Parts: sequence; C-alpha cells; structure tokens
Amino acid sequence: MRVGILGAGPAGLYLGLLLKRADPSHDVTIVERNPADATYGWGVVFSDRTLGSFRDADHRSFVRIDDDLVLWDAIDVRLEGEVVRCGGQAFSGISRKRLLQILQDRCRELGVALEFEEEVEDPWSRFEGADLLVAADGANSLTRRLHEGIFRPRINEGRSRYVWFGTTLPLDAFTFVFRRNEHGLFQVHAYPFDGSTSTFIVETTEATWRRAGLDEATEDDSIAYCQDLFAEELGGHRLLSNRSLWLSFPTIRCRTWRHGSVVLLGDAAHTAHFSIGSGTKLAMEDAIALADAVARREDLDSALAEFEAERRPVVERFQQAARQSRTYFEETERSTRLEPTQFAFHLLTRSGRMGYEDLRLRDPAFVTGVDTWFAGRRKTGVVVSPPPALVPLSLRGVETPNRVVVAMRDDDDGTDGTPGDGVVRGLGVACGTGAGLVLTPGLAISADGRVTLGSPGLYRDDHATQWEGLLTEARADGEVRVAARLTHAGRRASCRPRNHGVDRPLGVAGGWPLGSASAIPYGPGMPVPRELDEAGMTAVVDAFVSAARRAAAAGFDLVLLHMAQGSMVASYLSPLSNHRDDSYGGSLEARLRFPLRVLRAVRDAWPNERPVAVSINAVDEAPGGAGLDQAVEVAAALREAGCDLIEVRAGQAVLGAMPSYGLYELVSYSDRIRNEAQVPTLAFGPIGTIDRVSTIVAAGRADLCHLV
Amino acid sequence: MRVGIGLPNAVPGTDGTLLVEWARRAEQGPFTSLGVVDRLRYDAHEPLTTLAAAAAVTERIGLVTMVVIGPLRNPALLAKEAATVQAMSGGRLVLGLGVGARPDDYEAAGIPTAGRGERLAAMIRELRDRWDQPDGPKVDPPPILAGGASDPAVARVALHADGYVHGGGPPRSFARVVERVRVAWRDAGRPGEPMLWGQGYLALGDDARERGLAYMRDYYAFTGPFAEKIAAGLLTTPQDVAAFLRGYADLGCQEMVLLPAVAELEQIGRLQDVLGSLP
Repeated sequence: MRVGILGAGPAGLYLGLLLKRADPSHDVTIVERNPADATYGWGVVFSDRTLGSFRDADHRSFVRIDDDLVLWDAIDVRLEGEVVRCGGQAFSGISRKRLLQILQDRCRELGVALEFEEEVEDPWSRFEGADLLVAADGANSLTRRLHEGIFRPRINEGRSRYVWFGTTLPLDAFTFVFRRNEHGLFQVHAYPFDGSTSTFIVETTEATWRRAGLDEATEDDSIAYCQDLFAEELGGHRLLSNRSLWLSFPTIRCRTWRHGSVVLLGDAAHTAHFSIGSGTKLAMEDAIALADAVARREDLDSALAEFEAERRPVVERFQQAARQSRTYFEETERSTRLEPTQFAFHLLTRSGRMGYEDLRLRDPAFVTGVDTWFAGRRKTGVVVSPPPALVPLSLRGVETPNRVVVAMRDDDDGTDGTPGDGVVRGLGVACGTGAGLVLTPGLAISADGRVTLGSPGLYRDDHATQWEGLLTEARADGEVRVAARLTHAGRRASCRPRNHGVDRPLGVAGGWPLGSASAIPYGPGMPVPRELDEAGMTAVVDAFVSAARRAAAAGFDLVLLHMAQGSMVASYLSPLSNHRDDSYGGSLEARLRFPLRVLRAVRDAWPNERPVAVSINAVDEAPGGAGLDQAVEVAAALREAGCDLIEVRAGQAVLGAMPSYGLYELVSYSDRIRNEAQVPTLAFGPIGTIDRVSTIVAAGRADLCHLV
Repeated sequence: MRVGIGLPNAVPGTDGTLLVEWARRAEQGPFTSLGVVDRLRYDAHEPLTTLAAAAAVTERIGLVTMVVIGPLRNPALLAKEAATVQAMSGGRLVLGLGVGARPDDYEAAGIPTAGRGERLAAMIRELRDRWDQPDGPKVDPPPILAGGASDPAVARVALHADGYVHGGGPPRSFARVVERVRVAWRDAGRPGEPMLWGQGYLALGDDARERGLAYMRDYYAFTGPFAEKIAAGLLTTPQDVAAFLRGYADLGCQEMVLLPAVAELEQIGRLQDVLGSLP
C-alpha cells in the first residue's frame, strides 16, 4: 500500500512508523513544511494510560520516550500568594522537540521516507496514486480547508487569549497560578517537561488583555509584562519565547474525518482545549487506532470507518471535558472569591472527570484538608472530619443535619387539598432516607392554585392540623428538617392527574378558571388565563401568607416559595408569560415587583428564626425566555428581600420546554447563581450519589443537593 | 425483568405466513411480548397491521411497537389504528413512538423532517385526547412509550409519555439515558416511575451469526461507520444474552424485547432454551 502523510507532527510520524512496522511492504512518505529540527511549542503531557498504549504499539519508541520523561505527581494551585497542593496525579512530560526526534529516528530506522521543508499546495497531485492520504497537518489543516464541504468543520473560537512561553523555572508540579493586577485576572498553566525547562502558558480574558495593552504589544513587551506580573512565582527566572503570540483557542469538530481514501488525523480532525492537556495524546492515540484498523481490515474503506467509529466517542468525551474546562478558565473571575482550599477543589473538579472520591484515592491528605476546612474545624490537631455531604448547614435558626435533600413525589391522590395515601406514605419514606431536608410536593395555597383535583394544599386550617400530625409522626426519631413547598399553579392549574402526562387540562367539565400575569395560555390548545388585577394579586399574596402561617403552625422548618417552572409567581418573572403594561410588567425590576411582594409578605408572617427558600428558573429554555443573567439578578433581589436559600430549577416556563439533564448544566447554573448573587443554593439534577453531593458542595457549587 | 421477542417484520423476505406462525409459537413460549419495528422505505411490514394479525392468533402475549415513527402518520388515524389493535387484542398493546432516524422514510411519506420532535409531542397529547373522547373506542387506552436519547426526546418522555423505550445498544448506553429520564420525570412532577423498556438484536447459533450480521449492516447502513458498531452488538451466544439481560435488569429495565436479525423460526426455540438455562 502507498501511503502519503501530510505533516510530521506526533500524529503523522507515529502513524508512519506504526504502519511501516506492521507491514514493511507499505510505502510510506511523510511531507513536512518545516525543517526537521524546527520546534514550535515546549512540552507535552501524557497520562500513565497513554504511555501504556505506546508500550503496546511500538516498544522501541516507548523505551526512548520513557527514558526522557520527567514525572511529577502533584497539582499546585496558587491563588493570590497561597498554595494548595493535591498529589497522586501521576503526570509525565517530555519536550516536544525530543519526542519528535525519537519518532523521526524510529521512522528512519523502519524505512519511512521523510521529506522536510516541502510546501504542499495540492495534496492530491503530491501523492498521486497513493492508496491512502493522511492529513496530519494540524489544526489549520490545508486538506481539511480544501474540502470543507465534505469534512464540514465547525470551529469555535475560545473567548480567552493565551500565549505559550517556556521558562527556566524548575517545577515539581502541574502549576496553576492566578494573579490579579489593575487590568484584571491572569492565569498560568505551567508544567515541567525536562529537568531544566517548563511550559508556561499565560491566559486571560479578552477584555483584560486589551486593558493591559497586550493587543498592541510586541513579543518582547508581552514577555516583560508577564515576567513582571509573575515575578514572585518566577523567582528571578526568565520567560522564553518561541514564536510566542497571543491566540484564542479554536475548538475544531468535523462532521466526518474521512472522504474516500483521505483521512484526517489528530488536530486536523479535532482539537480539545489545552487546559486538559490532551492534544498530543489524542493525536497519537488516533495514529494507533488507524494503524490497527488498517492492519485488521482487508479493505481500506472499512478500516477508515472502523477508525472513525472507534475514535469518535473517545474524542467527543475529551472534547466535552475540554469544553467544561475551557469555560471554567474563561470564567475564573467569578470563582476567585472562593477561599483558596475551596477554589482549588472547584478547579480540580471543573471538568466533571474527577469527583470527591477520585481525589480521595489520589491524595487522602488533600481531601482531609478539604473536609476539615469545609466543616469549619480550623483548630490545629483535628484529624477527623465528616465528608462535605454530611456537614450540617445552618440557615437562620434551623440546622439541616446534612446537605442531602429528598423531595417527595408529586402524587395526585388527595381530596379537597387533603393529602392522599401516596403523600402520607411518601412523607414517612422520605423522612427515613437519612436526608437532612425533606421537601413536600407542591402544597397549593388556594383551591384554584391546585395542579389537579387531587393535589394537596394548605388552604384550610384542617390541612395544617393534618400536616402537624403527619410531621410529628414522621420526625419522631430523627433530626430531619421538612420544608413545605407553597405553590399556586397559575395557568398550569386545573389539569388532569399527571399519571399519563402533564398539562392536560380538565376542560370545561370539572375545571376552573385560571389566572396568570397575562392572558397567555401555557401551551397550544390550553385554556386562556385571566390577567390578574390588583385585587387578584392581593388575594394571591394573602393566600401565600395564610398558607405560610398554617405551615408555621403545622411545624414545618422551612417554607419554599415556588416561583419557578410556569407557576403563578413564575409567570410574572418570565418575559414569555408577562406582557403586562402596568407597573408589574416590562423591565426586570417591574417583573420582580410581584414576586418580591409575595416574598416580603411571607417573610413578615413566617417565624423570624426559620428560613424562607425560593425556587426560581435559572433559564426558561424557550426562545425569548429568561436566561441565566436574569436569574442572577432575581436571586440577588430575593436575597435582599430576606430569602435564605434559592432552589435552582429550569424550564417548563412554557409547554414542552425542559433543560438538558446532563451532569453539568443544572449544577453549573447553581454555581453561577450562588457565587454571583452570594446566596446559598439548592441544586437539582442527576446528583444520584453522596459522592456527587460532596463534590458539588465542597466546590461551592451549591449548599444543598437534591438526591434524584 | 420480563423478556419479549420480536416479530421479524423488518427482515427482508419475511412473508405473512411466517409472521403469523412466529406469533403463534412465541405465544407458547416464556415471552411476555411480541415486538415490531417500523421502517417505511425498506422491505418491511407495517407494524400496527402486523400486530393486528398477531393479536388474532394469540391470547395472552403483549404486543409492542418499538417504535412506530409517529410523525409519518396522521394522528387521528393512528389513534384509531392503535385503539383497534388494543380492542382486537383485549388490551395487550403498548404503543412505542419515536421520530425515527432515517430521512428517507420521511421523504417516502412526503413529510418534512423539520419540527418532527414537536409534532411527536403534540401527537402524544392528541392521541390521549382522542382516546378520552366519549365517542372513542370503549377500551382502556394503551400505555405510550417514547424513544430517543436527545434532550427533547427525554423531555417528551417526562412530560407526555408513560415511559421510555431504548433504541438498542449495550447496558451502559441505556444507563446514560435512563439517568436523565428519571431526573426529568421528577422535574416534571410525574407521580410514580417511568416504564423502562429495552431492545436488542438476536441471531443465535453459528449458522445464523453471519446472516444476522449482514442484516444488521444493511438495516443500519444509513448510520455510516456506526452500522459496524451496532452490528457488533448482535447477540449470538447464550453468554451474550445472559450478560445483556443481566446488565439491563440491574439498571431497572422492566421489559426487554429481543428482535430477530434472521427470520427463522428456530430462533424462537433457541432463545427459549437460553432463557430456560438462566438462573
């Protein structure tokens, strides 16, 4: 087989040698535009696992790589002068130049033809008659650009600016540095790659970069600026330049990596943000997979298909983690308010690949430090602390024994607001789970605020009496706290039982008229609510207050006011459902008026030592709906008005709108609301384990977590 | 976990006689349901019509579509057809619905693909409304399962359906979707738990393996390189079946329907033997 490879980077060289090694009859030529000894970039990082695959793929090059590796074990996080270290990370680094030399030598030994300093303008005529043409020509791949219609690359430019330097500073850890000056926040990703030199990447937001005048700076100016800024960390060492220009990172994805006998490899096909250090690793693993597929398959077409099918899921997983990580570093500004220990834990768990228990396996001492810090046991000599999920939380005069929240199911089996058997049993079960806080299903504040005829409520005094009895029994043997979720379903009221779907209106027979911020139905074919007038709003506020008084009498520890997901109060907040032209509609300040009225009235009526929580939408998840910026402002306004805890929900502002229930989205909304609005949060999402609860609360992404 | 078996209604060359005989034999076995798949532009029999025939020659076995491509059909007619199968089977139908994955089926039906997800959500609501109308058929409506792993598909299950039917793949692919389905279900305020169904492809025995793989590659050719991956999931040995069933059962799957990749009646007996040999 005749193989032409464009690009003598790690991907191209490694593929060349692996193909030739598997079958010496292959005729393999690699063409590179740069000289053989040119080096751009400094060091590359490999994990143990990647090194294991090198050992299996070609033992000779592995041994040479292994001889030149520098090993380190720790990640250092330096924030404003403090250092937090987490060990057990097992990294290996090598200089890019040395890696390329090893791979070039091995190619020559095996008889791969290497052509340097040759500029290729037309890959097809250069490799005319080749059976396989491999484009390993990097993120800026010519081959990919010539056939954009086929490969359909999507290139997403990062919002930050970064520059690669080297330094003579010896490091014994992967080191993150965060430093603020009058222009803004700068961060460094630095790691050793040989005994005397380290990679030193400086990154900052575009705004800070411009404020610092770096957009117009020469290479020497940039070096001087960064050397000065990081003088303390560099300790007199110099920054070294090597075509060190400020860039924004392009994340590249392609619809396909192959076209006939052409295949994209490494950065040409996909890139993943440098902060997870996996570009070279993915490229060389691509080469292994492609060489394997070619050896295993009789025809090239199915070999290329198998290569892509094999690699695409792996690459996409890394790209997902890289996206999380890239976003994290674009928004670090937001989390630098955290104390150094929490900040370090937040950083280490940023991509979702590592959680609390993973870190405990790697570095028990670090995690014990986190536990101790989190539990507030800062005295010296403390050796035992509970994991973060099991640390109590104080909200006003109420303490939840741990950070785990269990919500009861929404059973529709009651009558006239009196809970049915499902709810009664559910309370006992939830209180016996060991959760620190139990949430009731929505309790309607008025008969017309019920979702269905069977929804429980707190709109009659006998409802309170019944809940008092139920609570006494359910809490008999534990310190569990119970919160009443008070709700008015608004334009989502008057529906059939939810066992065969939600938002199915009862219709004229058996249904009742609806109210909402504006006369807009919740979904197509659903009844039109009446726009609440002043008297209607007062009635809703009064009903919230009466329900809160009943909740206090019944002995609930918290009230949770439901202002999310299309409910009555939520309809005022969302621009999708509030088209009012009076003082309750229009600007966010106006749309907040009614929710704040409800909150203040409840706060006045609810015992001072007990907390009030509010459930809000982080995002409406529908075109024209409210987004996260609004939610941050809403949360801050609610906190000002006496709210002690925000439950972060999303979607259901209109029929059919739901968020993604992936691992990250809902928790990342909670993170942003908590740290920008400076209010404790309760996160919802796929948080099914105590490990995840510890990971989330220790990182300061939430204070309490639903266990779903 | 209950185990059902598929009718080979989308295995090319299968005739009506074989389908009816297949249904009869499955009824005698340990299987809890008979499943059918839906594909318009392919040598395949229409799923609900096939189930109507199966209903006529069986008395106890469940009948499930995995899945009917909803947006290809008129909702009023689909409501009537499903109610008819439900009536003819004495209430044994489970109606699985999805948007399908093949543009050519939409092309063949003259239906645009754009907006098909929203149309399916609206269709589920319309089916239930029609079944509830006083002039509708006097049978209990069938449960509705919805398929698909995308965010809108998960939302459809949580808001409108009675449960989720997985489109195939190893247990871990089921786990990834089910985690999201459960969270969305709770977020929607649904009482109880979603029904959870799975499916897998089967060609038991050395003599059937190669033909089964060829069928899988052909049936899934539209997925490009993934046809090979999907084909690699074909269950060909008792060990394959045991591991597959155990994996799904541990994740809370309530019913697994194993679809034949070869239309040969021996497959029924072979699967029956495997199930009988499991602890």
